[in-house]
This record gives sequence, C-alpha cells and structure tokens, in this order.
Amino acid sequence: MKRFFPFLFLLIFVPKIKAQEYFPNNESVQSKNNNYTAFTNAKIYITPTQIIEKGTLLIQNGKVVSVGATVTIPKNATTVNLDGKSIYPSFIDMYTNFGVEKPQKSERSRLSQTYDTKRQGYYWNEHIRSEVNSYESFSYDNKKAEEFLKAGFGMVGSHIADGVAQGTGALIALNNDDTANKKVVSNQITNHFGFSRSVASNQAYPSSLMGMIALVRQMYLDMDWYKKGNAIAKDISLEALIKNENLVQIFTTEDKLNSLRAAKLGKEFGLNYILKGGGNEFERIAEIKSSNAKFIIPIDFPEAYDVSNPYQASQLDFSDLRMWNQAPTNLKVLSDNGIVFALTTDKLKKMEDFRTNLLKAIQYGFDKTKALEALTTVPAALLGKSNEIGNLKVGAYADFLITSGEVFDKKTILYENWVQGTKYVVNDITAKDIRGNYDLKINNDSYKWVVKGEISAPTSEIKAIDSTKVNSKLTIANNWVSLILKDKDSTANKFNRLTTYLDANTTLSGKAISFDGKESTWSATKTGPFVAEKKEDKVEKNNLVLPIMYPNIAFGNTQKPTQQTLLFKNATVWTNEKEGIVQQTDVLVKNGKIAAIGTNLSDANATVIDAKGKHLTSGIIDEHSHIAISNGVNESGHNSTAEVTIEDVVNSDDINIYRELAGGVTTSQLLHGSANPIGGRSAIVKWKWGAAPDEMLYKDQPKFIKFALGENVKQSNWGNNNPTRFPQTRMGVEQVFTDYFQRAKDYDESWKKYNASSKKNKEKAPRVDLELQTIAEILNKERFISCHSYVQSEILMLMNVAEKFNFRVNTFTHILEGYKVADKMKEHGVGASTFADWWAYKFEVNDAIPFNGPILHNAGVLVAYNSDDAEMSRRLNQEAAKAVKYGNLSEEEAWKFVTLNPAKLLHLDDKVGSIKVGKDADIVLWNNNPLSIYAQVEKTIIEGVVYYDSEKDALKRTEVAKDRNLLIGQMLDEKNKGMSTQEPKKKAKKEYHCDTLEQ
Amino acid sequence: MNKKIYLLVLIFSISITAQQAPASKQSKSILILNGTAHLGNGKVIENSAIGFKDGKLTLVADATTIRLQNGAYDITIDAKGKQVYPGFIAPNSTLGLVEIDAVKSSDDESEIGNMNPHVRSLIAYNAESKVIETVRPNGILIAQITPRGGRISGTSSVVQLDAWNWQDAVMKENDGIHLNFPVTFNQSGWWAEPGGITLNKDYAKQVDEIKTFLSDSKAYLGAASKDRNLIFESVKGLFDGSQTLFIHADNELQIVDAINLAKSNGVNKIVIVGGFEAYKVADILKENNVGVLLRRVHDMPEYDDQDVNLPYKMAKILTDKGIIVGLENSGAMERMNTRNLPFLAGTCAAYGLDKEQALQLITSNTAKLLGIDNLCGTLEEGKDATLFISEGDALDMRTNLIYNAFIQGRKLNLETHQTKLNAIYKEKYNQK
Repeated sequence: MKRFFPFLFLLIFVPKIKAQEYFPNNESVQSKNNNYTAFTNAKIYITPTQIIEKGTLLIQNGKVVSVGATVTIPKNATTVNLDGKSIYPSFIDMYTNFGVEKPQKSERSRLSQTYDTKRQGYYWNEHIRSEVNSYESFSYDNKKAEEFLKAGFGMVGSHIADGVAQGTGALIALNNDDTANKKVVSNQITNHFGFSRSVASNQAYPSSLMGMIALVRQMYLDMDWYKKGNAIAKDISLEALIKNENLVQIFTTEDKLNSLRAAKLGKEFGLNYILKGGGNEFERIAEIKSSNAKFIIPIDFPEAYDVSNPYQASQLDFSDLRMWNQAPTNLKVLSDNGIVFALTTDKLKKMEDFRTNLLKAIQYGFDKTKALEALTTVPAALLGKSNEIGNLKVGAYADFLITSGEVFDKKTILYENWVQGTKYVVNDITAKDIRGNYDLKINNDSYKWVVKGEISAPTSEIKAIDSTKVNSKLTIANNWVSLILKDKDSTANKFNRLTTYLDANTTLSGKAISFDGKESTWSATKTGPFVAEKKEDKVEKNNLVLPIMYPNIAFGNTQKPTQQTLLFKNATVWTNEKEGIVQQTDVLVKNGKIAAIGTNLSDANATVIDAKGKHLTSGIIDEHSHIAISNGVNESGHNSTAEVTIEDVVNSDDINIYRELAGGVTTSQLLHGSANPIGGRSAIVKWKWGAAPDEMLYKDQPKFIKFALGENVKQSNWGNNNPTRFPQTRMGVEQVFTDYFQRAKDYDESWKKYNASSKKNKEKAPRVDLELQTIAEILNKERFISCHSYVQSEILMLMNVAEKFNFRVNTFTHILEGYKVADKMKEHGVGASTFADWWAYKFEVNDAIPFNGPILHNAGVLVAYNSDDAEMSRRLNQEAAKAVKYGNLSEEEAWKFVTLNPAKLLHLDDKVGSIKVGKDADIVLWNNNPLSIYAQVEKTIIEGVVYYDSEKDALKRTEVAKDRNLLIGQMLDEKNKGMSTQEPKKKAKKEYHCDTLEQ
Repeated sequence: MNKKIYLLVLIFSISITAQQAPASKQSKSILILNGTAHLGNGKVIENSAIGFKDGKLTLVADATTIRLQNGAYDITIDAKGKQVYPGFIAPNSTLGLVEIDAVKSSDDESEIGNMNPHVRSLIAYNAESKVIETVRPNGILIAQITPRGGRISGTSSVVQLDAWNWQDAVMKENDGIHLNFPVTFNQSGWWAEPGGITLNKDYAKQVDEIKTFLSDSKAYLGAASKDRNLIFESVKGLFDGSQTLFIHADNELQIVDAINLAKSNGVNKIVIVGGFEAYKVADILKENNVGVLLRRVHDMPEYDDQDVNLPYKMAKILTDKGIIVGLENSGAMERMNTRNLPFLAGTCAAYGLDKEQALQLITSNTAKLLGIDNLCGTLEEGKDATLFISEGDALDMRTNLIYNAFIQGRKLNLETHQTKLNAIYKEKYNQK
C-alpha cells in the first residue's frame, strides 16, 4: 500500500501506512492503497540484455505489474514521465554484514589457550557456528542502508562472517520506509563457511588453514553420521547444518588458492560452494575456471603506493606493485573465461569506491553488460531468486534505479533508487536546468549573470554593468532558487537576497530583500544558453598492464616452461649408482626421463649442452622442508592432528621455490611442524615453478605423517604460562602415542568388522574419524612416520611403542642423538634425516655433534641431511660436504646424503635420487664439484623441464628491474594526478620452521 | 679390559671439565715450514717459512729464498702440501654470553633499558663455554664479544678464544659501542595476530633521541661536572677516537642517516654492522671511510625481486667499490654457527671475490674494522702468532681440516666434548 507525496517532502515525510495488512494499526485508521505508479517513456532494462528503448514500467504494491513498450495505464495511477531517462534493476550485493551484530571478541588471554570446549549441546569445536542465524540479531541500519542505496543497491545478503561454519544469512530489502514490514525478504537464504577462526572463541583448534580444512571435512562426516541417528548426545550445530543443507552454500576464501582449496573440499562432499573470492583470481585463472565454481568477487583494488620517497619505495615487494597494476583486470579476465560471478562491496574502504572501482574495471575492459549482470541477474540466480529480484519482469520486486543515462557512464546521474516500491532519492530528478546567461534586474539595477556548473549545483557569476565583479552565491534546493549577492555600492558586508520558485517560465522573477530589509522584486531574462567550458574531456589512459606470470611474482614465467630433449655432453656425472662418479660422460634426457647415459650419444632432436668441466647430478631432495605452505605449518590446537595434511595447503606462489631451484633442490617433503606429538600428514612435492599447487604434488606419493618428540611437543619453550596441554613431559608423550595407537587399532577393527559383516546384519556404521583413520594407516603399514626427535631416550621410546604395535618407524628426522643409539636404530630399521652440524639451540640438542651423520652411516643406518630451513635448503650441497669434513666420508657417499638417501627414506628411489636410465630427469648441472663451496647451479631440471637456468635468471633480473621501474613510474603518475595513495609497506618474510606457531 | 678403562677415563674427563684446558704460554719457538701461507692481506707464499717465539710472529718468509740457521727454532713443523692461515675473527659475536639459546638462565646477551653504553660484555664472557671449543677447530680464534638489545646495547671487547677466564682472554677491552639504529619499517601486531610491516612513524623521533644522547654526552664530557653520569662517561672513547661506534643498520636510509648523525656529533670512527643495503650507498661509505661488517651472507634476499644470490654477491660488490668489508654471523643459532664463518667467506669467493680477497673478509679486514690489526689479522712479523694449519683450503667444507692451531703462540688442544663423544661412540660401534 502506498501513497505518493510531492517529491519535495518525500525524504522528510514518510507515510506510516505500510504495515502488513493483518497487522493491527493503533496509529491511524487502516488505509489501503492499491494505486499504481507508471514510469513512462524510459529506456527500461528489464534485464541487462532485455531492453525496451522507450517504454513504461507499471508498479503496484511494491511489485512490477507490467512492463513494456505499450502498457495500458490504469486510471488510479500516478504517472512519472521519464523521457530521456533510464530504468535499471537495482543492484544486489549478496555478501554483506548489513545490520548484523559484529561478533564479540572473546576475552583473549594471551597467557593461556583453551583446548577443549565447555559448550554444552553444540559441536565439539567452537569455530563451527552453524547454529548462528544472522536474522536473529538483525537490526535494520538506516544509515548504512542509505550508503547502499546511493551506490545503487536494493537488496543485500547479510550474514555474520565469523568462524569456520558461520551459520545462515538473510536477504534484506533496503526499503528505507520505517513502516515496511517486508524488509526481510528471506530470513535464511545462505549458509556460510570460511577459513577463519571465530573471534568469539579461544579454542586453540584449528590454529592453521590446514586445520580448518580438516575440521570442515570432519564436520561433514559427523553431520552425515548424526543424520543417520548415530549420536547419543544432542548437537545443535550439526542439526542446524542438516537443516540448512538446501540453502545456498557460500564459502569465503578471499584468495585464489583458497578458492581452489574450498572448491576441492566441496567436491569431496558433493557440494558446489559459491566462493567469495579475493580479487586475485586472474593469477590462476585456468585452475579457477576448471574448478567450475561460481564466485562472489570484491573490487577493493589496492591503492597505488606512495613511492615518492625512494628509500621507502625500495622496500615494496614487487608482487605488491604488480598486484596494484593488474588487479583492475580481474573482472575482465574472469568474464573472458566465462566464469559466473556476482560483485560485492565487501572489503571496500568506503562505499563510493564501488562505482569508482567498477568504472575502472570497465575501463580495463570489463564488459558493461557483464557488469550489470554481476550486480543483478547473476546474484539473483545464485540466490535462487530470479523470479523476484535482479530484473524488472512482471512479478518481480519493484527494485529499480532511475538514471540520467547509461548506468556505467561516468557522467550518468543516479536519481532514484526504488526498493519494493519505496522511493529513495539520490539526486533530485526534478532539478531544473537554469544554467545560461541572464540580464538580471534588481529594482533598477542591472547586472550580467552567468549560471554555470552542474545542474543540481550550479554556480553563479555576476558582474555589474561596468564589469565590476559582484560576489554572489547561488543555491537551488527543492526547486527554490536563492541568490545572495553583495550590494554593489557598498564595501561593507551588505548582502541582498533574491528568491524564486522555479516554474516553467524561462524568465526568473521573485522577491528581493535588500540588506536593509526592504522588499522588492527582481527578474532575470535569459539572453543565451549555457555553454559548457571546453574542458578537454580527459580520456583516462589505462596504465600498461604487465602480463601475468606463473607464478605471478618476481621470476615467474609468462609462458610455462615445457619438456625438452636435452643432451649433456662430456659431463662429470654423479650417478649415485654402482658406476659411481663417471667422467666425460653424456646424458640424454627425453620425455622427462633419463633416456641414455654413455659416451658419444646423439639425438637429432636434442638441444646439446656442452657440460665439459661441469658436474651433472640428480636433484637435491630435502626430506624436511617447510617452505611453500599457506597459513600455518603447525596445527597446534590438539596434541594429535593426524587429520590435517600439508597437501591441502601447498602454496605454489612462494618465491622460496625459485630459490630452492637455484640451489639445485628438485623434490622436498613439506612436513607439518613439531608442536604436537602426532602432527599432520606431509606433502611431497616437486618444485615445478609456475605450476599450480596440485601439479606440484609428487604423483602417487607415499603417505607420510609427522610425529614429534621432546621440547616442542611438551611446550617447554612456550613460556611459563602456557603449559596447559597434555603432555608436558616425555613420560606423557609416550602415553599420547600408546593411547592413539590403541584407539586407532580399535577403530580399525570396528571398521573391518563392519565391512566384513553381511548386509543384513550390518549394524550401524562406526563414526568416520579422520584422525584415527590416518593413524590406523600407520598400523596397517600404509603410512610412514617421519619423527622429529633429539635425545636417545625418546628415540628408543618411540621405536618400542612402534614395535609393540607391530610396525616400524620410517624416519627419525633431526635425530641429533641418533649416534648414541645407532645400533638400536639399525636393528629397528629406521632411517635418519639429520642436520650436518646444528646444536646448542635448545637444551635437548646439547649433546648434538657434527659426527652424528657419519657415525649413523657407518653403523649401517640410512642417513640424509635435511634443512628445516628455507635458506639452508638452497645450500644443502654444502651441508653434504660437511659429512666429508667431519666424518671423512667419500664424496660419493656424502653426496647421497642429500639425493639418493632421502629418496630412499621417502620411498621415491624408484623414480628419483640417481642418474639412471628410466628414472625421472630431475637433474642439476653444476659449474664445479657440487660439494665444493665454490659450486654454483647452472641448470635445475625436473622431468626434462628446465625450471632454473642461471643465464635466464640474469635476463629475468633485468626484466624485473625494468618492470619495477615502470610500475614506480605509473604510481608516481597516479600520485601526481591527485589520486589517493597508500603508504609503502613491507611484506613479511615468511619462513616456517618446525616450531613456528603462527599462521 | 684396557678399553673399558679408557672409556671410563673419557667419560670421567667429560664430566669434570667444561672445556678443554687452555694451552700454556709458548715456551718453545716454532717454525712452520713449506706450507702455503695465506697471509690474510691478499698475498700468498707458496713455500713459506713461518716462525714465532714468545707468542709473536718472528718470521714470515719464502722458504725458498731465506736461509735459516740450524736450531733457530726449537720445533719445526713440516707443512708441505698444507695451508697456513691467520686465525679467523668473528666480529659482532655473542659467544660466551649464551650457552643454550632456549635456556633463559644461560642467556646474558641483552640488558633491559634503551641506552646502555655502560653495559660491558666482557665481564659476562664465559671463557669456558662449550660452544667456544667447537669453533676453534674450524679456524675461528678471535671474537668480538658484543651485547645485544636496546638502542645502545653496550660496549664490546675483543677476546682470543683460548683462555681460563675473561681477564686472560681479552685482547682489546671495550673496543666499541654498539648502536642499533632505528628501523624505518616495523612489524605491527603480535605473533599470533601479526599485522603488516609498516613505516616506523617514530623513526625521526628515535633518530633525534640518539642525537640528543650524543650531544648530551659530549657536553657532559666537555666540562667538569659534580654529578657523575656513568652513562655519559662510558662513551668518552667515541669522541676521543679510542672507541669505534658500531652502527647496526641494514637499510640504505638508516646507513646514510647514521653516518651523518655520527659525524656531525664528533664520532669519527664508525663501522656499519649488517649493511644489507650498504651496496646502494657505497660511495657515501667510501667518502666517509666507513667499513662494513656484512651480515650473515648465508641469507635470503630481502625482497622477492632481488637477485636470489644477492647476499652471496654483496661482499664482492662492496669490495669492488673500495669498502673495507668484514663478515659477521649474527642471527639464528649464531653462536654454534660461528664455526661456519669460513664457509661464509668461501661463498663470497664462489660469487665473485678471489679466494685471498675472501679470506680478508674474516681476517685482515675484520682486524682493521675492530682496530686490532696491530695484533692480528695477517701473518706478519711482530703480530700475535695466532694462526693455524689446514689440510687444505680452509674456506671449503671438504678441506677445512685443521690439525694445528696457535693462539699467541700457544698450541691449542683441538679436542672438544664433541670429538670426545665421537670417539666414545665410534669405539662403541667399533668404527674406525
């Protein structure tokens, strides 16, 4: 029901008669209004692609009742003539926190963490908040609504973005009519998830990204199990999840790689999340596309950095500079790749940036129709509300914009934003254009008056007949003109005031009040039209956009490198096989494999590399690395986290990968940290620089898991206030292992029993427990342990526990006191991956000696040297040489410490670790003996693809310097143009070690 | 039976001694003959005669051209095919100030407070640290013991690494004062919720505080005052040239500001410690005669687009510009890592310097920067007989095998608790 009032009062006077019809009314008498409003002669975008050039939109009771070129206008209709104007569906932002309460931060005590929840009736993890409904705390925010309305939005999705499972979101109409009881269009329309901890909870788990991913997995498994009626206790969170299964599922990722992760995770459970991205999707567009996910995309393009101070500018990361340059192309790239996405205002510093940035994206090639779709039909479809919102078809909400022209034209004025038939005025559509030249007469005095500038805010220039300038100020509001001008004969502050109401006349006349209070009349006769000053309409020139690289950081490649046929001639070849180190030998690489080793080899298709005087080795393998991991190397929230896996969080875009290659490393085991006795699963990767995370994963890799002992797991160095988690002693560590292995054994047996039972007798299936499942794999010899270890007592302990459970520990990593129990390790059959010379950094490494590796080796234990350190990893050849120095090992044996031996420890020696016909062509060309301090890597090759080449590296450096300079120039230009800039900032060097706890 | 006794003795000796007993004073003169001598000043004598008496070098010569009287030296060591080097110097070191990184009670490296020039590292230097004995066998025989923390950390001293106590160890007491120059960017947040690394808004203020401190000190020292101020008094050496101001700074702006600040306040002996971006302001360094103790070169580039090998190349870049460069090794696990100092120099040789130049980075250059080049840093007659013989190239891991080392003529015991553990367990497993 609605009535229309003169425009003049609309903002001030709100009709109080919009309550739903069955609502009692104690404020007036019932007043039904079934009148129509007809908007005629407008260009109407029913949808972005269905356009009526000159038509009528007829609305009633907040809905579209008719739209078309010829519409019969009922008698009880108010007609608004919109000749020359356009009508668009109002925009939809399906991802906001409009009107919801921000979650309260928990009383975070830095001194202690909570491990186990004290919540009753809910899921065991407090970061699962699926029971939260945003509508329950919803309160309409008029002020914020106005911001949205001014930006063209009519509907917003609103949810509380907090936690891993965040609960449901509502769909809200931005109907600023106080009495409208239809603002909540849908109270539960979306169900939200994200890779973020709830600020409302102190519960330690999950402390890492991989923990969050594992938590989501377990949550869905538990949901399924609960659904089948297996649980004894009530779980409000799981019930909510089950109830909300059919809502629109939205996962907040805010990063391209996280989007890939969430999409993959969803697929495991048959879910196709809508992903709220981060604006950097263009950097991995092929993978984004093949994820088949639909997106919600923010447009918070970074501001240019203020690079005017070169000392500060030099501290900026190249990737940050590039991101500024390329981010505006994201929408175009997404759209060109046929990815379905809606736009959101999320993350914008201020709402005005929305239009600015969207226009910028359009300027950088984003199609205007696609832009309109991303704001109307796409979000409507994503929300399953295409019949009601996002278009102006009959039956849809009367949510529309009235504009002066094409909505994404810079000059276009947005006049009104109607939501559910309620008008919101952004710019006064009735404002008359009084611009022009006038003869102004006040009493008997004549002036020349020029009115110019914007229609809605014109400015005034007045000159007396003798051409002296007269100060004046002109304002137009609600069709009233008021002009103040200084009295011409006076030097004092004496002002005359002129007013008039604008009507159809071209001559303006009205009341004049002179400075002394006398009233008279004035008039102004138009003598000439307004002529716009010929300001060169500056065509904003686009910055040159740098091409995307893989990865899109320094030293990336614009073209992914390809497999080559390579023939190395006359190299010194370190075979790591019984042939040993052979001189003057040729090696042929073909189809990614070592094809031949010998003398006088030839191949017509091969690129020949003269390797005379150079050394060719198999690539270095680092058994213990923590580089290229996204958001946390430790899931420290539980004492066992076997359910988490580094495979979920490989970061393909880490500059350290390139640095590894420059040090001759081709394969690494990315291990979970050592914050807990049972850590997470490993990822074994090959450093295929430029490839996506999943492509880096070693194919059919053996399953590994990190265990840890000693000071880290018992939180010895966490400060005095933190020891709250079991275990706090080595005694407790044994109990953790025994407990978990026993439980895993029972778990495994219960599943085996269940699987073996015939269908008829099938009891209820046991709960799937990803943690115990993983540990059971160890018992079943399907997964290997790499255990962080230092002192002899704990080494013996773990071997004993393993033997009790009838399996063997695969590797002790670090193992600095291994030399003390070398015989027992040999007997157990465990290998050692140790440091060459580290010691003295903790109490437990006080007896560490640089002779450890050699003693173990000589005792018949398989020994490798590892890095646990991004920097040392690229000098592992030097570390291997220390086995020569301290242990007097042959160079051949020492070299195996960083190649063949880690390959064996990782069960990869069938494919890598030596130069042997048929093995992967993962090889390194050195300018010198690789164990020499003077050795440098010339080429690093993985499966026949050259990923590092020292000559190309030099070229890349030149390119990078050139590009940096170009970007700095662009930013200076930006600053020069008066655009706002941000302070330079430095990027944190992220280097994880075993005991790194932060994300 | 015999074996068992031997084993017992070894274990016993470990449990009673914290370190190897320091060598006693040189009583017999020694001549090292026929070794390849790397003098530390860029020169090499292929077939050398190096003689020392009473702790001082008395002969550094080409064995093929000099004639020695029989019996001129009590002991002759034939070093044919071996390499002779001056003892390596580890500047900006915390050896002896911390025993085990994670054990707070063993940590004496950093005092609370901001301006601590009066705090002296020397008296906390634990000459019996078990870490120290493990660095000597790799050729590191001298160190500058340096406090950490605060704006002015305190006063360092130079010691030789074979002594019963700090008093016996000292070579140059209170050689320098260490200033941690304000950073231009700093990290916000805390470890669990790290913020960005943003401009240090207080940079100018913090620089001004140093300025004020220096001018206050100078004013105080210029006139007799009734009220004694230990802090001001402790920096006297900066103004009379008897002490060096070691400015710890990496960023180019810091370095320029630091040099201007020091010079304009009458501090003329300056060394930059760290100097990651010193290569960008080499001309200013050269002009002001400021040397650099380059931060651990086994390091990552600072920014994503820097040359991946930039840290390895820096010494070459600076040396070519005519700057005196030494290598320092502060950072993670710095004390135990001291023994890898020679390999830092080796890496600099791999990336551009010639081997003798690289050697200077840990010998004569460092000696000059620490103001101890009258005593050590090169093999020259009259200097301390602090030197060692290696089987091969001491800058390369494979051949850094030192079997004779001398500090002030005293022949060192190169055994360590680590070599003893090695012996015990090799014995246990019947390994050769």
